[in-house]
Amino acid sequence: MGQVTDPSSAALVEPPVVERVLAAATARGAEFAEVFAEDRRGISAFLDDGKVEELSSGRDRGAGVRVVVGETTGYAHTADLSEAGLLAAAEAAAAVAREGGAPQKVVSVQARSVPRHSPVEVYPEDVAKARKIELLGRADETARAEGGAISQVSVNYADSRRRLLVANTDGVLVSDDQVRSRFFVSCVAVGDTGMQTGYQSEAFTVGFEMFEVVDVEETARKAARRALVKLSARPAPSGELPVVLARGSGGVLFHEACGHGLEADHIVKDASVYVGQVGAKVASPLVTLVDDGTVPREWGTSSIDDEGRPAQRNVLIEQGELTDYMWDFLRARKEGRSSSGNGRRQSYRHLPMVRMTNTFLLNGDEDPEEIVAQTPSGVFVAQLGGGQVNTTTGDFVFGTTEAYLIENGHVTEPLRDANLIGNGPEVLRRIDAVAGDFAMMPGTCGKDGQSVPVGCGQPTLRVSAITVGGTAGD
Amino acid sequence: MTDPALAAVHSSQGDVSELVSLATKVAGAARSGEQLEVYVYRGAEIDVRAYDGEVESLSSAASAGVGIRVISSGRQGFAYAGSLDDHVVAETLAEARDNVAFATEDPLVALAEPDGVPAADIDVWDESVLTTPTTRKVDLALELERLTRGADSRIRQVSSADYGDVAAEAAIATSAGIVASSRRTICSVSTEAIAGEGPESQSGYGFDATRGPDSLDLERAAADATRRAVRMLGATKAKSGRCVVVLDPRVTSTLLAIVSSALSGEAVIKGRSMFAGRVGEAVADVAVTLVDDPTDIRSFGASAYDAEGLACRRNVLVDAGVLQGFVYDSTSARRAGTSSTASAVRGGYATTPGAGCRALLLSPGTLGEAEILAAVGEALYVQSVTGVHSGVNPVSGDFSVGAEGLMVRNGEWAEPVREVTIASTLQRMLQSVLHIGLDVEWLPGVAAGQTLAIDAMSLSGS
Repeated sequence: MGQVTDPSSAALVEPPVVERVLAAATARGAEFAEVFAEDRRGISAFLDDGKVEELSSGRDRGAGVRVVVGETTGYAHTADLSEAGLLAAAEAAAAVAREGGAPQKVVSVQARSVPRHSPVEVYPEDVAKARKIELLGRADETARAEGGAISQVSVNYADSRRRLLVANTDGVLVSDDQVRSRFFVSCVAVGDTGMQTGYQSEAFTVGFEMFEVVDVEETARKAARRALVKLSARPAPSGELPVVLARGSGGVLFHEACGHGLEADHIVKDASVYVGQVGAKVASPLVTLVDDGTVPREWGTSSIDDEGRPAQRNVLIEQGELTDYMWDFLRARKEGRSSSGNGRRQSYRHLPMVRMTNTFLLNGDEDPEEIVAQTPSGVFVAQLGGGQVNTTTGDFVFGTTEAYLIENGHVTEPLRDANLIGNGPEVLRRIDAVAGDFAMMPGTCGKDGQSVPVGCGQPTLRVSAITVGGTAGD
Repeated sequence: MTDPALAAVHSSQGDVSELVSLATKVAGAARSGEQLEVYVYRGAEIDVRAYDGEVESLSSAASAGVGIRVISSGRQGFAYAGSLDDHVVAETLAEARDNVAFATEDPLVALAEPDGVPAADIDVWDESVLTTPTTRKVDLALELERLTRGADSRIRQVSSADYGDVAAEAAIATSAGIVASSRRTICSVSTEAIAGEGPESQSGYGFDATRGPDSLDLERAAADATRRAVRMLGATKAKSGRCVVVLDPRVTSTLLAIVSSALSGEAVIKGRSMFAGRVGEAVADVAVTLVDDPTDIRSFGASAYDAEGLACRRNVLVDAGVLQGFVYDSTSARRAGTSSTASAVRGGYATTPGAGCRALLLSPGTLGEAEILAAVGEALYVQSVTGVHSGVNPVSGDFSVGAEGLMVRNGEWAEPVREVTIASTLQRMLQSVLHIGLDVEWLPGVAAGQTLAIDAMSLSGS
């Protein structure tokens, strides 16, 4: 394996230094302290308007020190990984313990290994930049060849390698080496009705071997076809309708309808419609929802979360019954239980919080085509964009980027982009058909100013009624 | 007095000259035939969150970074790093140079040339951000939480009450002879109140932002959050149909930010703007005048220089409904055959400059909020929107967002409404402006906002 011989696999911070920094962080009486060190390198290449506009390289390394005193957390970060830099951050973080009093702890950490769910075959830094650039031009050419109406194409290749070290006063010392690769094509098409857009994104927790399975030409064709098909799109309907969500990106529905609402930080503050609902029927019996950070290669996968907890599989809803929330260290500690491996952060500059990893609905047993055939009229959503939720009320939206009318059980005319809006618990109960054609999609989840990579997934399913926010009827 | 929470802050924070000399030194290393742009940044931040009468978290941080652009025979390479250490900066320069060869040659790709426009005197730095003790900032967050919790008996929970500040400094130096620097501070408080009655909960968000901690209005933020949460109690879905929509100033600011992305000369030249080819045409109602003026000190985007080091200036984009032009950085301007409007923006040291607005203002009308409600009679008043990133397409103009607010009946606020969408196209919305409020609020982000009434939007509900 590449990581064994890789010279960069040296510890980000040596264990004795980690121990001294943790001890210093507890000097004012902290009950818990943690060091999170990160070294991130990445490359991003952009093609736009037929030209490779730029190849960008980035390097960001540093560490954050977290200190917990009672209900209070102190945090400070530094780009200086020397012992002096880390001790300064520890002192700043420890300042929350205003009174002090308790003696400094003697801290001993023990390195432990964790299983890697996404072994890397080809590290991005071992691949010549020219090979990465070459992918861009191929995608551009293919997209433009899809139709004369394609007026603009942009293509982005990006890879990143994120080495982590997490250590804390509970004796934990773990490392991870996360490699991610992403390829994105976005197209504009022009017609009599103006401009339309289409995109396709491929992203996995793997190295450059991603391109053994991701066909850049096919990615480009999908993006171009989406833009082209919408040139003849009519306005989306307005009002409550049955909606069939195609496999894959429809997983955004669960991310918004209940995913965020099941994050324990919202639960402990009584800011979620799912408070007190464990054991209750919160969804149709067709719904079994899982959050799983161990799925090989998926975008939200990692060996450990950003608190050093090994990733795990958590069943959130089983046949419609709410089984558990998602937990990070702090929220779990408050409830006297253990973290579910959902403590994540954007970088060493950020405090961890409860986040999803890969969140997906398990397969049902219906045939996807049958589901459409048994829908007299409604909307078929082939691709969803993002979404947003108010966890307090449960109201959420998600946007379509490729959708069609369903008329007499057939997918017919394309529709212009629109948001759909619903209430989480109501929509989960209205899921009345689930197929067996599961697929995953990558996404970026934003919460409280932090972005992390997540996976979403589901088989084709139907919601018996949800509000479609179009303009048809004008 | 020592303040341990500030131990990590750069000892010379506030003195930009150190950054200027670093940027100038690196830019001076340009080789013959090579253009070099060095952007350096450093900042200090504090964030405090209060919950249930206690400090939930206190984060303090100092960060710094460098972004280097190298252009050689019309090819651009870029690299960045989150450190200003000499050896890291040297590595970054070497990496940017190595990246040059992979770009497509384009003679129009070049750094900005000095254009002789003098920079405005913009002072958006309040030293008190650095001198105010952390304990005082903690007290502000605690006080905000107390005010929010106590504002109304129906407030069940204050899910967050935050104080945050940042002191940021940047310098840019180029081989074309540009040397510019800027520094700014911003402080904010924000709070989210949850109001409840029976099994129902509703949330409301309030905030205030200023240059220094002493001028923050905690009462206003708390009252705003509380009022927005409480007035939504009992909200139901409305019936679908067409109606007049009255936007809260915050929502108007969001709408203008979307419109601004179509006013970017870069989007226009690349065929991604609904305004492309329409200069001189009436693209909006005659009441609409849109100006981007980063020299207006009231704006949170106020800046003496743009992200390529040119002096920021006032740009009129829409005048009495007629499209006047776009905002350009130097590369998009060259591609469009015009000159930069000093509108280069960048998202920090890790990105290259692009063209965008910083300080957009929709010229205020003559009516206040109550007068606009009276004038429209029947409408949906929208206090917040969701799904802007998923349901608005600034290329096609399609606009569809989740909305919550209050019905307006007989010119007055009536029952609350939730779980609906409002939809139209951006093109039609600009043509359908009915009233522009005089109640301008300067908000963080690229645009100020005021109450705005728009005719004939589709409301989708039950």
